Amino acid sequence: MVGLEHYLAVAAVLFVIGIFGLFLNRKNVIIILMSIELMLLAVNINFVAFSSYLGDLVGQVFAMFVLTVAAAEAAIGLAILVCFFRNRGTIDVEDVNVMKG
Amino acid sequence: MTEADFNTVLPEVVLAVFSMAALLYGAYGGKDKTAPILVWITSAIMVAIALWIGVNGAGVQTGFGGMIVNDAFSRFAKVTILLSGAAVLLMSESYLAKRDLLRFEYPLLVALATVGMMIMVSAGDLMALYMGLELQSLALYVVAALRRDSVKSTEAGLKYFVLGALSSGMLLYGASLVYGYSGTTLFSGIIQTANAGEISLGLLFGLVFLITGLAFKVSAVPFHMWTPDVYEGSPTPVTAFFATAPKVAAMGLFARLLFDAFGGVTGDWGQVIALLSVASMFLGAFAAIGQRNIKRLMAYSSIAHMGFALMGLAAGTAGGVQAMLIYMAIYVTMNIGTFAFILSMERDGAPVTDIESLNQLSKHEPLKALAMLVLLFSLAGVPPLVGFFGKFYVLKAAVDANMAWLAVAGVVASVIGAFYYLRIVFYMYFGEEGNGIDGQMAPIAWAMLMVSAAIMVVGVINLFGIEALAATAADALVK
Repeated sequence: MVGLEHYLAVAAVLFVIGIFGLFLNRKNVIIILMSIELMLLAVNINFVAFSSYLGDLVGQVFAMFVLTVAAAEAAIGLAILVCFFRNRGTIDVEDVNVMKG
Repeated sequence: MTEADFNTVLPEVVLAVFSMAALLYGAYGGKDKTAPILVWITSAIMVAIALWIGVNGAGVQTGFGGMIVNDAFSRFAKVTILLSGAAVLLMSESYLAKRDLLRFEYPLLVALATVGMMIMVSAGDLMALYMGLELQSLALYVVAALRRDSVKSTEAGLKYFVLGALSSGMLLYGASLVYGYSGTTLFSGIIQTANAGEISLGLLFGLVFLITGLAFKVSAVPFHMWTPDVYEGSPTPVTAFFATAPKVAAMGLFARLLFDAFGGVTGDWGQVIALLSVASMFLGAFAAIGQRNIKRLMAYSSIAHMGFALMGLAAGTAGGVQAMLIYMAIYVTMNIGTFAFILSMERDGAPVTDIESLNQLSKHEPLKALAMLVLLFSLAGVPPLVGFFGKFYVLKAAVDANMAWLAVAGVVASVIGAFYYLRIVFYMYFGEEGNGIDGQMAPIAWAMLMVSAAIMVVGVINLFGIEALAATAADALVK
């Protein structure tokens, strides 16, 4: 029987993969965008699983909001990336280094 | 949705509807030619809403089943946010126009970010918190990359976006855990679960993730990496905006979440906030010493100042929240004046940001140099200027909450931090004659600089009464 903890485990694993994708990836900014999406979707699994477990609809409403915001976030991220590409001619993560933080 | 619900968010609705109408007007009414008038109208509306909230608001109203809370705390934060946003908009107009950056989207994005911030500080629910935060962040990512044809500005936008999205993800994961383990997203419901006996492990994990996400937004160490790069890369007016209103909003949201949802378990988060505070104060003080770029220097300065504001939160008392609010109001006033000056730093029409260009400023521009001297002393916390009182209140709150070690660390960090402010003063008064700055200040920016410096001196009499206002606000939050 698949219970709440299985869903939570899957979500946690996906979330961690997303974070690692963000930090360990040295190649391409697009992969970073995909990692961010992965993190947000992992959170959605959490929300829906909790919602079903608790018998409370708020979690699913929250998941809808997260989906909407994730779409807007991806749009803005890609737009900024396009501007960056026009100026720099590359979207390699290693080349995002004009300023050293 | 009843009328009472609607009334609690009326200021936000007015500002949001205005931004959308102005967007249409800008798009169909002549694109960037409409920008100057939109800047003026937007700031006028923001000031008007600030007055409206400040004069009219009384008591506590909750709307949408507790999702939005309109109390003295949110009103204090909203007035600070609106006034500082309007001030930054006004003083940035001439800078942007001179560099062909005055696009009509700029005032509208600032207005939309302000709507987000107003929702953040009045959130009574994790959903309202998240939506407000995202509205603010999405608008800020775009303004960071406002100078579309510059590598630095787009890189700043990209870095801000990636780290901002990461922090939103963290915050959201925390929100999902808190929802799961307390069964509700309402702060009023969460606090009941948190107070009932031992706090559950899931709830604690959720709290930690939420704190991590918010620490990113206030740029507290160790989540500060984006701040210097974003401050340096963004156009200076945008940097000025980043350093003021969003910081107040994020601190307000931090306080709202910690006290409204986890107010009964101060012991569980007080130490974490205290650690963030100490790390921010010391890193801000040490890392700024090596900076030659005044925008990067201001970034580290803001990290250190956030450390002090967090000290007020770490105390976990009404006095601490009051100190935090006073600190943020003073910090914002000082930063507006300082950035009004930084906006005017140019040589042969091109902006300069290295602090050596301020050498011997006192000879050429004695009044401006004097105003900067007052502001920098105030930022450093030298008595008897107003900046000192900001620090005094947070230190006192920490001592009152039996966190004397935190207060001692704060004093040490503030002494170390004074060095880099005083070095700028040294350059201005005793530096070697060299390539100075030659720009004329726009009248509005000049006025902001002088008024802000004057406030730092005159305000020592009674801090313009914000002490009592902040106390009311804090009492509304900490029950």
